[in-house]
Amino acid sequence: MNILVCISKAPDTTSKIAFTNGDTQFDENGVQYIVNPYDEWYALVRALELKEAQGGNVTIITVGTATDDAVIRKALAIGADDAVRIDAPATDAYFTAMQIAEFAKGKGFDLILTGKETIDYNGSQVAGMLAEALDLPFISVAAKLDVAGSTVKAEREIVGGVQEVEVNTPVVISCAKGMAEQRIPNMRGIMAARTKPLTVVAPAALEALTSYANYSMPAAKSSVKLIDPNNLDELVTLLHNEAKVI
Amino acid sequence: MNLVYINSANGLSKAALETVTYAKKLGADVAVVTNGGADASVLASLGNYGASVVLQDATLDGQDPGQLVKLVAAAAHKVGATTIIFSHDLIGKAVAPRLSVRLQAGLVAGAVALPEANGNVKVNVFSGKAFGYVKVNSATRIISLLPNSIQPETNSATCSVEAFDAQAGSSAIKVLATKKPEGAIPLPEAELVVSAGRGLKGPENWGIVEDLASALGAATACSRPVADIGWRPHHEHVGQTGVAIRPNLYIAAGISGAIQHLAGVNGSKVIVVINTDAEAPFFKAADYGIVGDAFEILPRFTEAVKKFKAAQH
Repeated sequence: MNILVCISKAPDTTSKIAFTNGDTQFDENGVQYIVNPYDEWYALVRALELKEAQGGNVTIITVGTATDDAVIRKALAIGADDAVRIDAPATDAYFTAMQIAEFAKGKGFDLILTGKETIDYNGSQVAGMLAEALDLPFISVAAKLDVAGSTVKAEREIVGGVQEVEVNTPVVISCAKGMAEQRIPNMRGIMAARTKPLTVVAPAALEALTSYANYSMPAAKSSVKLIDPNNLDELVTLLHNEAKVI
Repeated sequence: MNLVYINSANGLSKAALETVTYAKKLGADVAVVTNGGADASVLASLGNYGASVVLQDATLDGQDPGQLVKLVAAAAHKVGATTIIFSHDLIGKAVAPRLSVRLQAGLVAGAVALPEANGNVKVNVFSGKAFGYVKVNSATRIISLLPNSIQPETNSATCSVEAFDAQAGSSAIKVLATKKPEGAIPLPEAELVVSAGRGLKGPENWGIVEDLASALGAATACSRPVADIGWRPHHEHVGQTGVAIRPNLYIAAGISGAIQHLAGVNGSKVIVVINTDAEAPFFKAADYGIVGDAFEILPRFTEAVKKFKAAQH
C-alpha cells in the first residue's frame, strides 16, 4: 500500500502570536515550528500503523522552503520512508493543494492523508481541494480508518454524530483525533531520518486564489468580574441585563 | 446573484438561516441550492430570510461531497452566482474546498463577519488567537460562514421552490451506519453551552451539569481529559483537538483553562468560569468568575436560573 501523508509546519501551541509590517505578516521571531499536530499524531501515525501491518511505503509531502526541512526531518524520525518538498512558500490552501496534486498525479497512491486542519490557519481546505484536483472521493474529518485490500472503512464526523462509511481506494482522507496515538521518535528514528531521501521538487506554475491582506488581535478581555458564590441570582441578572446572553 | 448551499435533510438548521441571512446582507438576490426531500413549504420559508428561489435536488442524499460539489457547481452555473456561501460545518468543510478547485474560485474558510468595506473577509486564525482578513483574487468567491457568527434576520422575499436535477452521478461513499444521539443540540450550533472538567471527579456527578444545561436550554460539553478517560463521549470534547465552538455563553466548571482548551472556546461571546482555584488560568479569559466548589455552585446556579425563568413568564 502506497500512502502519501501531507504535512504542514505550524507554530508550537504555546507560541506568542504577533504580527509585523503593519500587521500584514506573522511575526516568526522566536517561534518554534512543529509538524502540525493533526498531520503528525493522526494522519502520519495511522499511515505508519497500516504500513507496519500490511506492508507498503509512507511518503510525506510538504510545500515549503528549505527552512522547513527541519520539520520534515521530524516527521521522518517518526517513521515515514521518504519525503518530498515542493520548493515554494505555501501561499494559500489552493496553491498548496494544487502543487501536491501535480506531484501525486499518476503516482498510484492508494491513500492520501492530511490532518483535519492546521492549527495556524485552521481552514480545513487542502484535503478537499486535493480530492477535487485528483478526482478522488473524499472522507472528511475521519476518526477511524481501516483498509482491507482496496476497501477502506472509516468513521467520519457528521453534524451531531458519527458515521461509518466504506469507499474504494484511491481516496483522500482528512484525519482527526481517535485515529491513532501520538508517537515520540526514538534516537534510532532521529538518526535514520538524517539519511532518508528528501526530494526537492520545483513548483508548478500556479497562482494563489486568496491572500491575507492583514491581521488583527482580539480586543483585550476586561478583567474578570468575580461573583459572590452565595449570590448566584446576581450572576443570572448580569447574564440577562449586562451580557444579554440569557 | 448570491448562491447558498444548505443541508435540509433534517429540516432547516439555524446554521442554514444564518447563511441565507448572510447572503442577503451581501446585497444581491439570493438563490439557495439544497439536496434531499424536504417539504417545499419548509424550503419556501427561506423566503422569510431573503431567498428568492430554492433549487432542490430531492434525489441526492448528500453523503458524498463529490456529488454535492457537482450539485452546487451546476446551481452556480444556472443562476450565474458570483458569491457562494456555505456554513463552515462538517458538510461545508467537505464541499467548499472541492468547489473552490472546480470553479477556480477563492475560498474564505470560516468567515466570522460580513466583508469589510474593502471586500476582505475576517476569519479566525491561530486557533482563535487572532483574526486574518482574506482577500480573494478570483472573479467568483466562496465564503464558508462559521456557525453563530451572525443571527438569522427576517427579510421577506417571494420565494419559489424548483426541482433541480444536477445529474451528480452515483455516490462513491457507502454509508454503513449512522450514530446520532437523539434530541441533543449539536455543539457547534449551540448558543449556550455548559461544560465541565476533571473537577467534577467522576461521570456519576454529571447530573448537576445536565441540570444547569437543561434549565438554560444549553448543550453540554467537556474538557479533553474527561473525554479521554471516557467519562463523557468524544463528541462533547471542546478544545484544540476536539470541537471549536463560539456560543453566546460558555459556562466552564472545574476546568483549569489550559491553552489547548481555550483554543476551542475563545470565540465565545461570554465566558463564566467556576473553579475552586482562584489562580486557575481560565479566570484570565473569563467575563464572570466564581471561586468556589462546582458541587455547591452548579445546583445554586440552576436554582437561580429556574427562579429567573419562572419570573419571566
